[in-house]
Amino acid sequence: MSWLSKVRNSLSSLNKRDTPDNLWIKCPSCGEMLFAQEFEANLSVCPRCEHHGRITAKTRFEQLLDAGFNVLPTPEVPENPLNFRDTKKYTDRLKAARASNPYPDALTNAFGTIEGAKAVLGVQDFKFMGGSMGMAVGEAFVAGVEKAIAEKCGYIICTAAGGARMQEGILSLMQMPKTTVATRRLAAAGLPYIVVLTDPTTGGVTASYAMLGDVQIAEPGALIGFAGQRVIQDTIREKLPDGFQRAEYLHDHGMVDMVVHRKDLKATLAQLLGYLERKEAK
Amino acid sequence: MSKPMKSYLDFEKPIAELDARVEELRTTASGSELDIEAEIAKLAAKSEAMLATTYGKLTPWQKTQVARHPLRPHFVDYVAMAFTDFVPLGGDRLYGEDAAILGGFARLDGKRVMLIGHEKGHDTASRIKHNFGMAKPEGYRKAIRLMELASKFGLPVVTLVDTAGAFPGIEAEERGQAEAIARSTEACLALKVPMVAAIVGEGGSGGAIAIAAANKVLMLEHSVYSVISPEGASSILWRTPEKAADAATAMKVTAQDLLDLKVIDGVVSEPLGGAHRNPEQTAANLAKAIGSELAKLAKLDSAALLRQREDRFLAIGSL
Repeated sequence: MSWLSKVRNSLSSLNKRDTPDNLWIKCPSCGEMLFAQEFEANLSVCPRCEHHGRITAKTRFEQLLDAGFNVLPTPEVPENPLNFRDTKKYTDRLKAARASNPYPDALTNAFGTIEGAKAVLGVQDFKFMGGSMGMAVGEAFVAGVEKAIAEKCGYIICTAAGGARMQEGILSLMQMPKTTVATRRLAAAGLPYIVVLTDPTTGGVTASYAMLGDVQIAEPGALIGFAGQRVIQDTIREKLPDGFQRAEYLHDHGMVDMVVHRKDLKATLAQLLGYLERKEAK
Repeated sequence: MSKPMKSYLDFEKPIAELDARVEELRTTASGSELDIEAEIAKLAAKSEAMLATTYGKLTPWQKTQVARHPLRPHFVDYVAMAFTDFVPLGGDRLYGEDAAILGGFARLDGKRVMLIGHEKGHDTASRIKHNFGMAKPEGYRKAIRLMELASKFGLPVVTLVDTAGAFPGIEAEERGQAEAIARSTEACLALKVPMVAAIVGEGGSGGAIAIAAANKVLMLEHSVYSVISPEGASSILWRTPEKAADAATAMKVTAQDLLDLKVIDGVVSEPLGGAHRNPEQTAANLAKAIGSELAKLAKLDSAALLRQREDRFLAIGSL
C-alpha cells in the first residue's frame, strides 16, 4: 500500500466512492504520484520525468487534429477465419476488447485538419489487444490510405503494437505486404506518408508500414524494434545496452528523423505537411 | 564432410526400428539361406508402408519437425540439383555480406533467373557461417539489391524461403532489421518482372515474407509457414513452452491449410518420407513447379505483374 492510500484510508471523511481509483496515477517511469487530471492536461506526459504515457486513439485524435474531425468507419473483415483458440477463444478476446474500447479494432482513422492542413490520421491503440496487427488493422490501414488518396492529402499513422496478431496466424503476417501495397500507392499518388512511432512499436508492424514513412518521427522514450528484448536476450545471452530500442537509440542509429515531444507533435506534423504539400505537375 | 545416412524424428521410431532390423538382417544374411532375403523384403515393405501411413497423416507439429529436419535439402542443394550455371553475387554495398541469404544469377531449364534464398547450413561450421539461416539487415539489403538488378535486366526472381526468422540480435536491431525487412517486402512488390517464391523448409514470419511477397507462392508438401514459431506462440499465448503442438495446429502452418486459406498458390509434392529421403526427386519437383509458374507469368507485362501481385495481397483479409 502506498503512503497515499494509507493516508487516504485513514481519513474517515473519504470513502471509496469519493476517491475513484483513477484520481491519482503513478508514473510508470519515475514512480511519481500524479494527479490524473493534471497528467491528462499535460498530454499524459509526466511533468517530472517527461515519460510519455500511452494514450488512446480517441485522445490522440483530440490532441493532433483540429476540432471537427470525422472518425472514419472501421472496415469489416472476416472474423476468426482460423477458428483460433488458445486458452480462450479468439472471438471471446475480441468481444472483451470491444467491450472496453470505443472502436471495433486496434487501428482507427480520422479525417480532419492539422493546423488547417488536410490529413487522414490513423492511430493504433495499444489497449486493444496490444495494438496487434490482424486483418482489421491491415484493412483499416488500406482504407485510411485510400481516403487520403481520394482527398489528395497525406496519411499519418501513429503506430503502437506488440506486433502481428498471432490469433490470426499467417493472415496477420500477410498484412505486412498488404499495407506495403498501400504505402506504395500513396507514394505513386505523390502524397506524403508520415509515421509517428509511439510506445511500443515492435514486430511485424515495425517491419512493415511503421518503417516506410517519408518522414519518421518517434515519441521520446518509445520502445521501437523488431525483435522483443527477451527474445534477443535469450539468443545472445548478454546484457542489452542502456536505452536499447528506445526512440533516442533509433535516432542515434539513423532509423528515425527526429524524436519529438508530445507537446510539439501537432505543430511538427503541420510544419512537415507544409513541406510535403503536393505540387501539381506544370 | 560425413553425413549420417539416416536421421529419424521421434515419431518415426517404429520405422527406425524396422529399418534397423532390415540392416541387421542384411549384415548377417551374407552367405546364408534364401528365406532371410524374403524376410528382409517383407520388413522393408512393412517399413515403407509404415512410412506412407505416417507421412500421409502428419500433424502440423510433426510437419514442423520435418521442415526443420537436419538433413532436409537447403538452398545450396537446390542450386546444385534444380538450377544450372549459378553465379553467386555478394554483399549489400552498405555494410557487409550476410551468408544467411544467398543469391545470384542462375538458369532454370536453361532460362535465366535471379535466385535468392535463405541458407541454414548443413553442419556445425556451415550453420555458424550461415547463421542458421537467420538473416541480418545486410542480408535483406542484399536481397533488395539483387531484386532491383533482376528488374533492371528483365530476369524473373525466384526465392527459396527457409528460415526460422530474421536474426534477433543487438547488431541486427542497431542496423535497422525492421526497416530492412520492410524495404525488402516493398522491393518484392515493386518488381517489374515475374516473381515466384517457394517455401522449402520453414517460412518464419517477417524474415520469410521479406523475400516472399511474390506473384505466386508455392510450398513444399512438408514445409511450414507461420507468423511466429509454434514454440513462440505457445509461450506467449499459452504461457508455457509445452503447447507448441497445439499452437502449430491452431495457427494453421501447413501447406495444405495455407492453400485452403489462399495464402499460397500451390503445393509441391515431396517424395515418400519427406524431401530428405530423396533430395534429387524433391529438386526435380520443385524445378518443374517453379518453371511452370514462371511460364504462366511470362505472358503478363510488367503493369499486369505489379497489379496481380498487389491484388493478391490486398485480397487477404478483405470481405
